Amino acid sequence: MRSGGRPEGTLQGPDASQTRRSRSLRERIGSWFDRNAGNVFLLPTFLIVLLLSIFPFLVSAYLSLSRIRFVRGGFEITFVGLRNYRKLIKGSEKRHFLGVFGDFSLISWLILIVFVALLGYALWRYLRSGHRISAAGVIYRIITFSILSYGMWYLLKTLSSGGRPGTLAVTFIYVFLGIGCQYLLGLGLALLTTQRLVGRRFFRVVFLLPMMITPVGIAYTFRMLTDTDKGPINPIWKLLGLAEVSWVTSPWGARWAIMIGDIWQWTPFMFIVLLAAIEGLPEELFEAAHVDGASRWQIFWNITLPQLVPVSVTVVLIRMIEAFKIVDLPNVLTNGGPGTATESLTLHSFFTWRALDLGGSAAIAYMLLIVSLFVGISYANLLQQRAQR
Amino acid sequence: MKRFIILLLLASAMLGVAFAQFEGVEATIVTFTGPQIAEPLQRRSPDFEALTGAKMNVVTVPFSDLYQQILTDVATNTNSFDGFVFAPQWMVDYIVPGFLEDLTDRVAADSDLLWQDVAPFFRDFSSTFEGQIYTIPLDGDFQMVYYRTDVLEENGLEAPATWDDYINIAGSVDGQDMNGDGEPDFGSCIAKKRNAQSYWMITSVWGAFIQSQGTSQGAFFNTDTMEPLVNNAAFESALDVYLATTEFGPPDELNLDVGDTRGLFTSGRCALSIDWGDIGTLAIDPTTSVVQNKVGAVILPGSTQVLDRDTGELVDCDANTCPFAVNGVNHAPFAAFGGWSGAVNAAADPLVKDAVYAFFSYMNQPAQSNIDVTIGITGFNPYRVSQFENLPLWITAGMSREAALNYLGAIRESLNSPNMVLDLRIPQNQRYQQIVLDTAISQLLAGELTKEEAMQQIYDGWQEITDELGLEDQLSAYRSTLGVQR
Repeated sequence: MRSGGRPEGTLQGPDASQTRRSRSLRERIGSWFDRNAGNVFLLPTFLIVLLLSIFPFLVSAYLSLSRIRFVRGGFEITFVGLRNYRKLIKGSEKRHFLGVFGDFSLISWLILIVFVALLGYALWRYLRSGHRISAAGVIYRIITFSILSYGMWYLLKTLSSGGRPGTLAVTFIYVFLGIGCQYLLGLGLALLTTQRLVGRRFFRVVFLLPMMITPVGIAYTFRMLTDTDKGPINPIWKLLGLAEVSWVTSPWGARWAIMIGDIWQWTPFMFIVLLAAIEGLPEELFEAAHVDGASRWQIFWNITLPQLVPVSVTVVLIRMIEAFKIVDLPNVLTNGGPGTATESLTLHSFFTWRALDLGGSAAIAYMLLIVSLFVGISYANLLQQRAQR
Repeated sequence: MKRFIILLLLASAMLGVAFAQFEGVEATIVTFTGPQIAEPLQRRSPDFEALTGAKMNVVTVPFSDLYQQILTDVATNTNSFDGFVFAPQWMVDYIVPGFLEDLTDRVAADSDLLWQDVAPFFRDFSSTFEGQIYTIPLDGDFQMVYYRTDVLEENGLEAPATWDDYINIAGSVDGQDMNGDGEPDFGSCIAKKRNAQSYWMITSVWGAFIQSQGTSQGAFFNTDTMEPLVNNAAFESALDVYLATTEFGPPDELNLDVGDTRGLFTSGRCALSIDWGDIGTLAIDPTTSVVQNKVGAVILPGSTQVLDRDTGELVDCDANTCPFAVNGVNHAPFAAFGGWSGAVNAAADPLVKDAVYAFFSYMNQPAQSNIDVTIGITGFNPYRVSQFENLPLWITAGMSREAALNYLGAIRESLNSPNMVLDLRIPQNQRYQQIVLDTAISQLLAGELTKEEAMQQIYDGWQEITDELGLEDQLSAYRSTLGVQR
């Protein structure tokens, strides 16, 4: 819009010069906005994310290096360096966090050797694959595989005779054992409900129900079910001669109680995603296999399963990120007990926070973040990329 | 008649002034999720409102969250609570930063409180810090051992005098049907759940092995060095007792809190239990109890051997090693917790502070507390001298004369003991007990730690907290709570 409709260039003197300067400034600003429109629109979101996510993230990192005391009108923060971390790795919290190392048995050695051999094989295949091999890729894999081997050694040591898993190992158990069971059951149920069975629609809905229930509700339900003295299935325990046995007072009984609750709740998630993936598989492949006379097992192993790998890798990754943070079931069902047998890292952090040791609690939370980040990134890089190929 | 009407009007006007004192005042009081403790506060707050015009909202949080809920609320100046009903052993963490109102003058001016009738221990220890009064006691807490009089009598057994007796009795009667339902019952029921009350239970056991020279000797730390007294032969013996009781307990004893063990005891399933005064009053409730007048209480059992602090070994009791022994047995009754007490937020409005104080005073006054301490569901146990002496009070509540004498006698014996174990009341005692001690004991019970490992873990954990908070400060605070002058 030109002012006054007067033709351009007819202004003379200081007015004209000022108008030119003003127009030039407007144009420059307009041009800058045109060039940076994306950033300008993103800025509010960026600031909100910075405020709600990055800032607390940095503050909690500082807290993990501090000690906090409540004083009149607020609190006093003292920088203590890595003391909170040292307490977890070497100090009084070592047994609680890392557990107690036992003696390696022959089976432990065999498992470790097989695990390391598998990682070695994966590395050898990468080197022989002919894909874009880079020095960084090789170094990354060597470091990742070394840490994974150390992780397996640590797990086996705490699970060996005379050992005891700490909250770190217990979290690994919930994640890997729990998700493994959830995946297998979810896949089985998904395959079952794709068959032409009577009432399969009904079962699809029923299988989904546990996912809709609040975890605290599930924890209380399992608390009642595992109570052999007063629980609703007490008559069955009595019949089996187990009325005077409490399986949540033994460490592994309690861990299994929690894992069964978790598996019961999260198998439907695996089920629904895998069901959708199976139903989306192209019919032609199966028809061709039938024509070629392939057995059911051959069809599953050579057609269904490979087709499901990308979805499976993604769904396991999502569950893994979630499972590392498990807290509600062990808190309500066993309160982390007996002893600390069922305490996950998040629960460990929560209990420490409840004692107002905020620095210690933040250090545990950061250890959890580091571990889950490493596992998640390694998993995504090594398996997801492979699955996509 | 005219004169009577004038007097009536004058009286009404004066009452009106009294009513108007807190008219429109509303306050929030926090305590732990009941029904105990919260129940009498909630039940009596409408009566208090009718009397004074002040409305008291009683909110509850789980016991394990109560300490930090209060501390974070006041420390961050949120001040959503005007009054607190908590464990008086935590008061040091609230008083030092100035979060609690000094109630000394109010108490001195409150004739309705009958302060001198409150037993000296609760006045001088549970309510007082460095000579000033900060809390109003609503409850009196001592741990005792309860036993089934009928079961022990049938088996020709006496009430336990030592912890060895306790184990022997539990072993003798374990598996017998004690409530006539045809099912085998348990020799001993002790709340051993983590994050609940179990760390007081183990302290009740170790007290007799570790403290023998009177209250000022202390049962947690060496008063010269602040070295934890948890890594020695006496503590190991206490752990042996504690572990042995598990053999005669319910299968899920590790997951039982006091609410559960009280339920088991009053439903006739246990021969022995360690608890505060609650079982005594719960046992007379005809709606829930099948053991009315079948319950006896004794001072916590003792030991014939005690710790020699120079060597760390056990030595036999004699006139020097156990000067307060009874029949050669050293008893060390544990004033666990100290009794639920009410405190006022120093940051509340002046009128609200007055109203909250008036409410705690009202709850404490004999007209209310004499009734509440006889009702099991309240969780309140006797703490006034008159409550121990007023036998008809307990007989009216449903106890037989023998049961009342026995129950009150056990509390009074504990209260009057010169070798009473005081609960830990040093800064951040909650970390020492609820975190380090509780975790290690639960790991020991679960078989995750050996006795030696558990003792070392408690020792290291306590040392670490002391180092963190400052050895001199903690030692000074510990000596101060025990009344040790140096």
